[in-house]
Amino acid sequence: MTTKSKKELDIKKSPSIDQTKQILITGAGGALAQHVITRLKRNYRIVAVDFRRRVELGDDIPSYKVDFNKRGFEDIFRTYEFDGVLHLGRMGLHEANRTRRYNMNVLGTQKLFNLCLKYNVHQVLVLSTHHVYGADAYNPALLDETFPLKASELTQDLVDSVELENLSTIYKWKHPDLHITILRPCNIVGPGVRNTISMLLSQNYAPVLFGFSPLMQFIHVEDMAEAISVAFKENHSGIYNVAPDDWVAYQDAVLESGCNRIPVLSLPPAIPKLVSKVMKTRSFPEYLVNYFKYPVIIDGSLFRETFNWKPDRSLEEIFSFYRESK
Amino acid sequence: MRKLIKSLVVSKDLESHIDKMPKEVGSLGYDAWGFNSDINKIGIALFKQLYDHYFRVETSGLENIPKDGPCLIIANHSGQLPLDGTLIAVAMEMNAHAPRAPRAMIERFFPTIPFLGNFLNSVGAVIGDPLNCAKMLERGEAVIVFPEGVRGSGKLYSKRYQLQRFGNGFMHLAMKYNAPIIPVGVVGCEETIPAIANIKPLAKLLQVPYIPIALPFVFPAKVHLNFGKPIHFSGDSETSEQQVTSQVEQVKSTIRNLINKGLAERKRIF
Repeated sequence: MTTKSKKELDIKKSPSIDQTKQILITGAGGALAQHVITRLKRNYRIVAVDFRRRVELGDDIPSYKVDFNKRGFEDIFRTYEFDGVLHLGRMGLHEANRTRRYNMNVLGTQKLFNLCLKYNVHQVLVLSTHHVYGADAYNPALLDETFPLKASELTQDLVDSVELENLSTIYKWKHPDLHITILRPCNIVGPGVRNTISMLLSQNYAPVLFGFSPLMQFIHVEDMAEAISVAFKENHSGIYNVAPDDWVAYQDAVLESGCNRIPVLSLPPAIPKLVSKVMKTRSFPEYLVNYFKYPVIIDGSLFRETFNWKPDRSLEEIFSFYRESK
Repeated sequence: MRKLIKSLVVSKDLESHIDKMPKEVGSLGYDAWGFNSDINKIGIALFKQLYDHYFRVETSGLENIPKDGPCLIIANHSGQLPLDGTLIAVAMEMNAHAPRAPRAMIERFFPTIPFLGNFLNSVGAVIGDPLNCAKMLERGEAVIVFPEGVRGSGKLYSKRYQLQRFGNGFMHLAMKYNAPIIPVGVVGCEETIPAIANIKPLAKLLQVPYIPIALPFVFPAKVHLNFGKPIHFSGDSETSEQQVTSQVEQVKSTIRNLINKGLAERKRIF
């Protein structure tokens, strides 16, 4: 055990907080993490980190800008006695090149796991994505958690997402005391969410592949935050898909969100990728072209049954937000 | 647009009949495999015209299809195009005894074809993956399976009504999910697109199961669909493959009898 020195980081702590367990939340700058923090701060003493910026979360929550691969990250573990970690932070595809993303998302996560082992952390929740399954014409529907992760076979740009999962699984089995839980949510959308699909639904015009309208699943950011909170509190280590038992075709989702469709020629397959390259838009990236063509429908029943959870917000509520914000 | 087409082609009677189906969909009318209640109704309304007036389908034994719960509709496959699956689907959905949403297992290359892939999913078809079939039975769906696969649909006219090898997959699923098997003998589809040869090298080049040499025309053969009594098979993962094959042969034999019944009933081909 390493001695913890609170002087090192000059931490401001509020005496009003009397919760017993201390947790670290990564990716604190994102809308999802902030909803999670809102839910968990009643029960836990939270420390928030983000690699992009120091996020202002009030006096009660110490917040840092850190690079997981830098030595300074360990100072946070030296300073606080963490009982658990919620690893929600990820470097997005629009934020850096492949190598930098790999370093941050895969090697950075490995550093995080090693620090958790070194400082006796007993619970880690890792946020993954349904993209790891890969969008393939041969995909059956309702993929369960044992389905092979084919994303890296289909696009190099998702190698870091799959490797992060593989790494988490290795640590999960090699170090059962870490109690690792991996969540693979469907498309997270809603106010403040700035991922690809959310950005796309926010626009007035959305590209669609001519002749293709894959089925999709959407979860509201607040429902996802609740799912993460419940999974963390109940701590049933495992791998879980997180998705509602509701579906909609992509082009219907686009229309329901008040977007106008821009058809993109879908054949031969090189055409939409070329269009994506030329458009250089964040909402129609080349690596996700196949996800606008073929469905990746996940079976979220294991999570729903294990944690007795169900989303509160319907698809109509989700799309009405985008419709009304235009 | 969809609502407009629906209002033009789907009559109120047809809609109220289809609404009796025990089919659960999500809040926007889709299920997990892409079935859409509105597009399904449009599809059935259109295919019903072909069913009634072009192929003049005659059915028997529709009362053998359970009104709810999982079941497997197992039929002989023929005719180059999946017309047999389409006609069985219309028969199931228009069944006066108890309409069921038909879930036909289709070839894996269909999702790669623009518009057609989505349309087939919307009317109820899904790619023939064992996981799809298992999950649908788990959710109480009525699944149409052609255990001959492309061996049946792509066979030449000279081999008409000769059942090809059946795969065993459907039997494992029937036992696992305790789903009754409803055998179906299809007569008439063999004559819709009679093929005299298969251009295998071209099929291989285009990565499709077969390229038949046939007239580019679908003949209006009269179709008979004979649905047999439900057959229940018990078993578990310990059941030997030899036993499973023997049970599959039992189903195949029943289908052969149903085909012979249809051929005997048929007064003329067209």
